[in-house]
Amino acid sequence: MSVEELLERYTRRDKLPHIWCPGCGNGIIMGAVIRALDQAGVDQKKTVIVSGIGCSSRAPGYMKFDTLHTTHGRALAYATGVKLARPELKVVVLTGDGDCAAIGGNHLIHAARRNIDLTVVVFNNDIYGMTGGQYSPLTPQGSYATTAPYGTVDRNFDLCELVKAAGGTYVARGTTYHTRMLIDLISAGLGHKGFSFIEVVSQCPMYYGRKNKLTSAVAMLEWQKEHAVPVKAAAKLTPEQLKGKFVIGELHRQEAPEYTEVYANLVARARGEEK
Amino acid sequence: MEKVPGIVTVNEKWCKGCGICIAFCPAKVFTAREDGKPVVTNPDACTRCGLCELRCPDFAISLGGKSHGE
Repeated sequence: MSVEELLERYTRRDKLPHIWCPGCGNGIIMGAVIRALDQAGVDQKKTVIVSGIGCSSRAPGYMKFDTLHTTHGRALAYATGVKLARPELKVVVLTGDGDCAAIGGNHLIHAARRNIDLTVVVFNNDIYGMTGGQYSPLTPQGSYATTAPYGTVDRNFDLCELVKAAGGTYVARGTTYHTRMLIDLISAGLGHKGFSFIEVVSQCPMYYGRKNKLTSAVAMLEWQKEHAVPVKAAAKLTPEQLKGKFVIGELHRQEAPEYTEVYANLVARARGEEK
Repeated sequence: MEKVPGIVTVNEKWCKGCGICIAFCPAKVFTAREDGKPVVTNPDACTRCGLCELRCPDFAISLGGKSHGE
């Protein structure tokens, strides 16, 4: 599909061009989400896109779907409600590293624990961009932020490991540089029944890059290219060799009962409809 | 925006001049203008791989037809 067809079919043309900064990764991720939705063949009229608050959470505003722009950190709570009320809908959550891991951290682990059929795409730009560059739980330890002029002392989360441990059944990590892989990872997540989670390593040249000697979007994508290790290659490396790198690809997949189905069974049992 | 079928075009109104397309085009189809926005200076080298479309954060690049493995 050409860009023109893609925009015509899946975006609110009158809202474009978007307001994200030059070189911001959000537009790349939004494009990848749209292409993945197309690739996975989801029914546009039966898909709901939910977001929280932050730069990333503006994305659904540009997308021609039923969309919900909710409160800070609470995208997953709203999405859980939508999915439980209407289990036949495809529900996609677009969130940022701050929104998802800090304010919404509790919702994240519990949505993963339930294995509810949601597809979550985290725009991880390592920073709170919208509010001026405060560090988030994913800001790498030692890097600089408006609120960490001498470098962060906090250890950063590995969000994929967290979701895996909490019970998520599809976990993947992609980057804005490896865009084709990203589309495939999101598409696979959309096809997975259960809690699917895709972390996207992205770039904020304005508030993260400038403070961390990555002075342009190009420099930040070069950094991704040099530090990302595909999951197959990573399996052959020692922890020492992987130090300072990050693994991309499908990291975890398992089958487990899906929450809305388990819940429907409970309703049937309570009504005495069980065989 | 002038549209030539099958040739890569840049929507200057939407382009913010981040330079991603210029830096990462495998065939070096683009050259930077003074303001950092890309100019298609080497259209014959384009292999229609589609990476510029996929990586453009502003939906400002079009190959003017099918791409991405189609």
